[in-house]
Amino acid sequence: MLITPAHYMMLSAALFIIGVIGVMVRRNIIIIFMSIELILNAVNINLVAYSNQLQNAIGQVFAVFVIAVAAAEAAVGLGIILAFYRNKETVNIDEMNVMRW
Amino acid sequence: MIDNFVIPLVKILIVLNATLVAVTYMVLLERKVIAWAQSRLGPMRVGPYGILQPVADAVKLMIKEDITPARADKWVFTAAPIITMVPALIVYAVIPFGPEVSLFGRQVTLYITDVNVGLLYIVSVASIGVYGLILAGYASNSKYPLLASLRASAQLISYEVAVTLTLVSVIMVAGSLSMVSIVRAQESQHVWFAFIQPVAFVIFFIGGLAETNRAPFDLPEAEQELTGGFHTEYSGMRFALFFLAEYANIIVVSSVATTLFFGGWLRPFPNVAALSFLDFIPSWTWFLIKSFVFLYIFIWVRATLPRYRYDQLMRLGWKVLIPLAIANLVVTGIVKVLLL
Amino acid sequence: MGQAIAFYTLAAFILGFAVMVISTKDTVHSVLFLVLDFLFVAALYVLLGAPFLAAIQILVYAGGIVVLYLFVVMLVNLKRPPEAHQDPHRMTKFGLGLSVAMLVELGMIGASSYARSAPVLVAPLAAIPVSGNTEEVGWLLYTSYLIPFEIASMLLLVAMIGAILLAKREL
Repeated sequence: MLITPAHYMMLSAALFIIGVIGVMVRRNIIIIFMSIELILNAVNINLVAYSNQLQNAIGQVFAVFVIAVAAAEAAVGLGIILAFYRNKETVNIDEMNVMRW
Repeated sequence: MIDNFVIPLVKILIVLNATLVAVTYMVLLERKVIAWAQSRLGPMRVGPYGILQPVADAVKLMIKEDITPARADKWVFTAAPIITMVPALIVYAVIPFGPEVSLFGRQVTLYITDVNVGLLYIVSVASIGVYGLILAGYASNSKYPLLASLRASAQLISYEVAVTLTLVSVIMVAGSLSMVSIVRAQESQHVWFAFIQPVAFVIFFIGGLAETNRAPFDLPEAEQELTGGFHTEYSGMRFALFFLAEYANIIVVSSVATTLFFGGWLRPFPNVAALSFLDFIPSWTWFLIKSFVFLYIFIWVRATLPRYRYDQLMRLGWKVLIPLAIANLVVTGIVKVLLL
Repeated sequence: MGQAIAFYTLAAFILGFAVMVISTKDTVHSVLFLVLDFLFVAALYVLLGAPFLAAIQILVYAGGIVVLYLFVVMLVNLKRPPEAHQDPHRMTKFGLGLSVAMLVELGMIGASSYARSAPVLVAPLAAIPVSGNTEEVGWLLYTSYLIPFEIASMLLLVAMIGAILLAKREL
């Protein structure tokens, strides 16, 4: 059975939804960040699958940029978590309400 | 069928067995060399001149009691030595021991495979080895291993940057990522890359010492600091796996240094016809001789230099080696553009 | 045939580990499942003929970003689990139900798309004068997409400075 890009798109969509469920359901902010990484990976799979089908490396170049941006976002996000943890001693996002009304 | 499955399988078996035997005998070699550097004899009791010492060590470690700390995370505790050992072994899939030779009537290449991103594969697999360290310290559920493992992994990821940057300048000179192409590029450019990239070689060697937690950078596992480092709580065969993984990493770094900087399987002056009488020595022997020289230098450095303090170690990695590696990269780029 | 087996195996592992990431109680185990997930995604990239991207995925994602996550998890390892009390404003079950509905919808779209044939593709863009996957990606990165490349390097520099400043103890 031939594996078409539609298969890869289904895989990517399923991974995306699992990531979104993780962001919405979990309360530990580190797990939320990791679910965001799952979402970015789902997008990458989609890009590389179409790059393979169109035989053009543009999709892979885009995927490299996505990885670079994910790295930057992970670094800064984890820095924020560490700074917050030093003040409030929690990683539960329901308790991260310092700037709320 | 035979070419796709049987021959690579045979090669894998040979390489794995040779590596594991070499790793156990490297323990003996290290003890002997350090002993000679200290004007004593080293292990002499077991077997003639202590040759059977690794067998005794292996038996001892296998029959020791296997202790797991009380509230340690069992799965992670068991997996950590494996995660440290596996990357050290699977790097051998891309290291070329020699070119194509004809063996029993077929053309057989003396490497398991030649991926065209071979060098990138080696670097990425080596970066997975950091997990073994972190997880060993975490899973032991005790203070000293946790601190030591955090230190060790910070050291590893710092020196990884410098090593990767030097490898990029080697790739620029060779023009390819595949290990076999790098050796062939050294053959066609008539010079080993150590002579046109000396700074890169020095940084790679120092970074290799730091990556394998080897003296003078062995603070994370020294007995006098932090009571034995990240493998404090390990005993028996798991402890043996950590040590074997460290020595396997040392052999990997030596092999990669040989391939990238010293011509791999080529004999000295491979294009000078006057020296072709040296061709009776097979290519893989040249490779093993050169790797062995680097192994010896690793042990020699351990016997000679005192240990770095942790802040000195990090300062060396970030403030000296990385700027040097970047400068080397820039100079290599400029020279390549201007001269070609 | 071999490709189909490889794809389905890898897809099963990827999705399985992803579900384990979001459902494990212990944060360290969650991070470890994430690493395994990324390794299998890298294998999927090799299957898709992108070995350079697979190596970059292992080197940067699995070997760099997740190591960072592991460090932070170990530094904020709390005594009491963070999911201790439930926020009354949170509509967990509703969100879960919505996600399941989305998944079902997606399945139906996927099932119906097999009936339709794939659309005609536009002609491939200008040929790149190098061969080999790494060389192609490098060529595009340094000629057509040089400006995004430079901007990405600026972004990484800013992120590096920001992360150092945020995580410093004294300022």
